[in-house]
Amino acid sequence: MIYLDNSATTPLDPEVFKSMEPYFLEEFGNASTFYKLGREARKALEIARENVAALIGANPQEIIFTSGGTESDNMAIKGTAYRWKNKGKHIITSVIEHPAVEETCRYLEKNGFEVTYLPVYEEGLVRVEDVKEAIRDDTILITIMQANNEIGTIQPIAEIGKITSEKGIYFHTDAVQSVGKIPVKVEDLNVNLLSLSSHKLNGPKGVGALYIKKGTILEPLIHGGGHERGLRPGTENIPGIVGLGKACELARTHLDENIKQLTALREQLIAGVLGEIEESYLNGDHEKRLPNNAHFRFSGIEGESLVLHLDAKGIAASTGSACSSKSLEPSHVLMALGMEEVDAHGSLRLSLGKNITSDDVEFTIKAIKDSVNLLRSMSPLWNKN
Amino acid sequence: MYTEKVMDHFSNPRNVGEIPDADGEGTVGNPTCGDLMTIYIKVKDDVIEDIKFKTFGCGAAIATSSMVTELAIGKTVDEALQISRNDVADALDGLPPVKMHCSNLAADALQAAIEDYKKKQAEKE
Ligand SMILES: Cc1ncc(COP(=O)(O)O)c(C=O)c1O
Ligand code: FES
Repeated sequence: MIYLDNSATTPLDPEVFKSMEPYFLEEFGNASTFYKLGREARKALEIARENVAALIGANPQEIIFTSGGTESDNMAIKGTAYRWKNKGKHIITSVIEHPAVEETCRYLEKNGFEVTYLPVYEEGLVRVEDVKEAIRDDTILITIMQANNEIGTIQPIAEIGKITSEKGIYFHTDAVQSVGKIPVKVEDLNVNLLSLSSHKLNGPKGVGALYIKKGTILEPLIHGGGHERGLRPGTENIPGIVGLGKACELARTHLDENIKQLTALREQLIAGVLGEIEESYLNGDHEKRLPNNAHFRFSGIEGESLVLHLDAKGIAASTGSACSSKSLEPSHVLMALGMEEVDAHGSLRLSLGKNITSDDVEFTIKAIKDSVNLLRSMSPLWNKN
Repeated sequence: MYTEKVMDHFSNPRNVGEIPDADGEGTVGNPTCGDLMTIYIKVKDDVIEDIKFKTFGCGAAIATSSMVTELAIGKTVDEALQISRNDVADALDGLPPVKMHCSNLAADALQAAIEDYKKKQAEKE
């Protein structure tokens, strides 16, 4: 199988798996206890925290472990809203956020907060001027994702961070898709809060982290025994956290070579598809894009049937985000680019990752071409046969 | 999520194409969910002798188009008019609930083609 859906999830790195193994059977201790077994668990937890911090240029004390990207987003957004609601009730976000952010904002809207949703235009990018204009005296939070999970576009987070830090407004970025794929340094980005998720960088599922800049204060969403500075009580998921730590360490040590390799494969894929298939287009800005993302649209065909044909040829790809494939609505991200509904339905997301070779890419280009031609031959919207 | 029959009709659709001198032609669609379907029929002595389809849509849309052509061929136009949305889904061993409307489209497109044929016959007389 050629796995080209790394934006949905990534395979666990065998080295990560190996690092986790002892913490299931032998090292099962509770990190809050004081005998040796507990101390070993505590040590493993803190090493993982250092590794997560090192990948994003943070201090280990600024990292809180969570159950994943969704929880980190909720903690950042609701935690800010509840803590600072007396200061203001206005939040700014974008129209292309992951549901973990979008639905959290919608929930807050139903509970007395006001939310501004910034547009992204044809290239899929938020404009810094729009952010400036949207800021009000009662704005308490800006939350904008660093890289989009469907079209892979990279937002101008550092520029926005400059504005928010001057104005003293909390700034959160959902960096679930970007951490481990591009250089991410919290200091350069000037963010207060940053979400990341282990299973997007070859770590285990169900674990993630939230970076909380020193001095940034959140209201806890759950209450209990004081773990993770009282922000996220509950006995820690040591094997998962160890895995996340290892995944971050590997991502940091191999970042440059991974970027180079993935960018080369992505360019081969984009050039091949656009060159070989007429009326095929790349969705989203080409340059400001994750090294592992290529998102296409093909006139005259529908995405799901393309994905099924590719599946039959041994290629795993997706029509957009995994979450929206259960509904029939066109993706809200593609509609935000100003696309027609039929075109939004003719889209294909390919996200590269570990173990993909240049030969795999060549095979994929050919497979897409054959499938597109076949589907077009039976499409009433394609009259060029 | 799809049955084997759906996948079979999706992968090897029967009766794909157009009939240039069709006796009836019906197009139905719903671009919001991504589908558009045209069915062409050739009728002799009130029997559907040939039938072809073209579909833009998901896997279920293509499979139901293919299935409805198989169900209709060889039937009289009045028999074919009786083919219901459920008949198409049942013949495919069922469809996921969110995909039931795809079979609606196939049955509707067939009916539209037959109505078109009947209208043309009436005009001739
Ligand atoms: C941008 C983005 N944010 C948040 C999430 C949610 O992360 P998790 O699956 O770890 O809850 C995902 C992935 O599904 C994502 O792509
Ligand atoms: S074509 Fe409407 S979802 Fe099947």
